[in-house]
Amino acid sequence: MKTAFGRGGGTDGRRVAVTGVGVIATAGMGKDAFWAGLCRPGPVGPRRVEDFDPAAWFGPKEMRRVDRFAQMAAAAADMALDDGGSPEVDPDRAGVTIGTGVGGLNTLEEQIRIHDEKGPRRVSPFLVPMMMPNAAAGTVSIRRGWRGPCETTVTACAAGTHSIGNGARLIATGRCDVVLAGGSEAAITDVAVAGFSNMTALSNAGISRPFDFGRDGFVIAEGAAVLLLEELESARARGAHIYALIGGAASTADAHHITAPSPGGSGAATCMELALEDAGVAPEDIRHINAHGTSTPLNDAAEAEAINKVFGTPGPPVTSTKGVTGHALGAAGAIEAVALALSIEKSLIPPTSGYEHPDPALQIDVVAGAPRAWDPGPALSNSFGFGGHNGCLVMLPPPT
Amino acid sequence: MDREAAFDKFKTCAVEVLQVEPSQVVPEAKFGDDLDADSLDLVELVMALEESFDISVDETELEGIQTVSQAFDLVLSKVP
Repeated sequence: MKTAFGRGGGTDGRRVAVTGVGVIATAGMGKDAFWAGLCRPGPVGPRRVEDFDPAAWFGPKEMRRVDRFAQMAAAAADMALDDGGSPEVDPDRAGVTIGTGVGGLNTLEEQIRIHDEKGPRRVSPFLVPMMMPNAAAGTVSIRRGWRGPCETTVTACAAGTHSIGNGARLIATGRCDVVLAGGSEAAITDVAVAGFSNMTALSNAGISRPFDFGRDGFVIAEGAAVLLLEELESARARGAHIYALIGGAASTADAHHITAPSPGGSGAATCMELALEDAGVAPEDIRHINAHGTSTPLNDAAEAEAINKVFGTPGPPVTSTKGVTGHALGAAGAIEAVALALSIEKSLIPPTSGYEHPDPALQIDVVAGAPRAWDPGPALSNSFGFGGHNGCLVMLPPPT
Repeated sequence: MDREAAFDKFKTCAVEVLQVEPSQVVPEAKFGDDLDADSLDLVELVMALEESFDISVDETELEGIQTVSQAFDLVLSKVP
């Protein structure tokens, strides 16, 4: 089923504008610090957002009742609304779609320790509402009093991208006028790191270098990003700043292996093609790709091959902002959607940090070293997750 | 245990769990109206009191408890 909301628009020609962005990442908190961070080399080692202070958003009691991943989501949602000028909304037509990879893992691990040390009678009554993956979306809807669809997509590292696609579709189909859409993750725990490490997914060097010849795994990160999505005509009517349009989105599964990408990135390629079709654009129209680019040997090779399959060789300029941000799992797609919206606004593509030695096996045009100027046009953002989940978004520059 | 010392201990738990000011924890304060505590907050408060006073409170004993003095009396009745 074609549910285009790009060129032709969705139901009754409804189109989806990005009118606000909120981001909490190690590259920076807030769009200005974030963009500046994207244009600098990334740090080494796990990417905790050390300067995130939940007290700026929550009272002391609430703070103890809300896991870090939901705190970050709520903060990013507040930032997106502020950035978008806090439009007046009909709460019954206002939605929240915020995804995550694992939800409140810190809380779960802490309560398992308490259970083992002190017994079941000491397990917090807040364990369940803090750890559940939908706690972030629920927290945002409660803070805002928004009563439309409030849902959480849990598709590992594709969750942020899927959530934005799903949120955009709620607007395109006429169910919502406004949606806060994004992803959040705060899962840098010893146990999670051991799990990723033992599956040899993490970089031993602690360096994220997507598409580089020496890439040896991803660098785990935390963070959150939320986009304020609005129906285009109502956004225009209130004079909102429009960063970009969500032109189209697609979701597919590899149906191949729980962690390895399908051979030749075939699942990823199909997803990109469907997203283009959804947006009503041809491969040659795409001027830039914000890649999933995790810095793992297999993912980057499969993604490069998929890009060649859809766009030819080398295809449009590609960047992976994970060189700077690391991989924030279920938040990654949302953080990258903010990066792409800002790339469109600034007519600049941020470089792929850590990319120094081209891998001769990868035939793509990697933006590296310094930001590259471009003439913004249709652009793609990719996310792929364990489980074989593929998610792609097409963004378009705002209509003139 | 001296009643005043016990109340101080009770107050410490309530301040910590409910994140209220010590001055709010007075005998006549209602958990719901005055201390903004919902049912899950009360479960957590009881857990803290059990630990602090080394007592055990059954869920059924909490029925009808609305004020600080009611809860405090329940705790005191358990302290050996």
